[in-house]
Amino acid sequence: MKSFTYERARAPAEAAAAAAHVAGAKFIAGGTNLLDLMKLQIETPAHLIDINGLALDRIEATADGGLRIGALVRNTDLAADERVRRDYGLLARALLAGASGQLRNRATTAGNLLQRTRCPYFYDANQPCNKRKPGSGCAALEGFSRQHAVVGASDACIATHPSDMAVAMMALDATIETVRPDGPTHAIPIADFYRPPGDTPHVENALTPGELITAVTLSKPLGGIHIYRKVRDRASYAFALVSVGAIVQRDGSGCVALGGVAPKPWRIEAAEAEMPRGAKAVTARLLGDAKPTRENAFKLPLVERALGAVLAQARG
Amino acid sequence: MTTVTLVVNEKARTLELDTRTTLLDALREHLHLTGTKKGCDHGQCGACTVILNGRRINSCMSLAVMHEGDRITTIEGLGSPDHLHPMQAAFVKHDGYQCGYCTPGQICSAVAVLDEIKAGVPSHVSDDLNARPQLTDGELRERMSGNICRCGAYSNIVDAIIEVAGVQVSGAKA
Repeated sequence: MKSFTYERARAPAEAAAAAAHVAGAKFIAGGTNLLDLMKLQIETPAHLIDINGLALDRIEATADGGLRIGALVRNTDLAADERVRRDYGLLARALLAGASGQLRNRATTAGNLLQRTRCPYFYDANQPCNKRKPGSGCAALEGFSRQHAVVGASDACIATHPSDMAVAMMALDATIETVRPDGPTHAIPIADFYRPPGDTPHVENALTPGELITAVTLSKPLGGIHIYRKVRDRASYAFALVSVGAIVQRDGSGCVALGGVAPKPWRIEAAEAEMPRGAKAVTARLLGDAKPTRENAFKLPLVERALGAVLAQARG
Repeated sequence: MTTVTLVVNEKARTLELDTRTTLLDALREHLHLTGTKKGCDHGQCGACTVILNGRRINSCMSLAVMHEGDRITTIEGLGSPDHLHPMQAAFVKHDGYQCGYCTPGQICSAVAVLDEIKAGVPSHVSDDLNARPQLTDGELRERMSGNICRCGAYSNIVDAIIEVAGVQVSGAKA
């Protein structure tokens, strides 16, 4: 690990200002992803701003009947919250499908949104990777790409976004609240949060330098049946090959987002009009532009079958 | 270097540390509490599991300086050879280990798992998110999946946890 200086932030705006003014500064909260990458020197911050002391660990009802989830709410606490379990079951299910009990006790809501990819070439500093080292190339394109993206990727990067929680947040149309170093707060719809890789896969989201996530808000409950189905190489504690997060209403309408197939939680609202017609029609719209590799083409039928199972489960 | 005070096994310990020191290395290399083990050092194996303010975490994936004033319980704080914690006794009784390297992490994790179930925290295998989680083999296997045992003592580990949970349910302490 490279050496770094360390400070404890006392207020969100102060933390954002410090991050903007100290070269090479990064926020640390749970640390479950950042420290892993720092040990491998994939992340080399010169300064860490510990935000654990900020009072951003509450889940509050909003005036319009939704929930405001503090950035520092731990994954365990979010999944166990009575309102989340009752009204946003998709979110609870997605959280519980991710990581291990130990990691969920530390990992935060905002940190989960900002997880870096688990592409093995991103993790291997001896390999070219445009996300880790812009312009160096992509070893995954001609490498082992079984786990990689089939849609929404680019010639520069075919890494997937690893989060389960973010798939649920995408289906739930969450809004990400932030504070910028110069003071103003912003609200970013999650649909606009993740940036397509294009030829700049190291730019992963809409945050500006120093901008700090303070909360994630959810609109009032949608009702319906909430299902998160994750397909992975072992039954627990593994990243998704494919995951399907869906909310299905009694009339067969609803919303759906996919994990494990794209550089971001994958949702195309136009595809949801096909939900009453079944998994094949929805998948055709969701993955119509898919460009799988020889090794991950299996994900296309896997999405269709996983979604078919979800819709069948929703029908009861 | 940064100064940090940790409350480890109910004793306040003040350390001057390189900011890079993980909680795991602070426990092992600075406080010489070598019961907590370093396995993968990347949050994948669970050998370094300790209980932080009542909740289990991977001590390798946290910096010591982030824990000013925090309460940390390690395997040494749960019990001693003369006064085993009920979970330690149950692991011995049920042969819940072979080489023993993952065992301190397994035991810390198991103790915290029973508290999580008692607190109503659901899991991936809970059928009903809104019902109290049940103490079943399936629930324990899912909740213990962050602790890898290379020797494959899993079924005996589950037996040990079930026994302790049973004792707790009936109100008697082993």
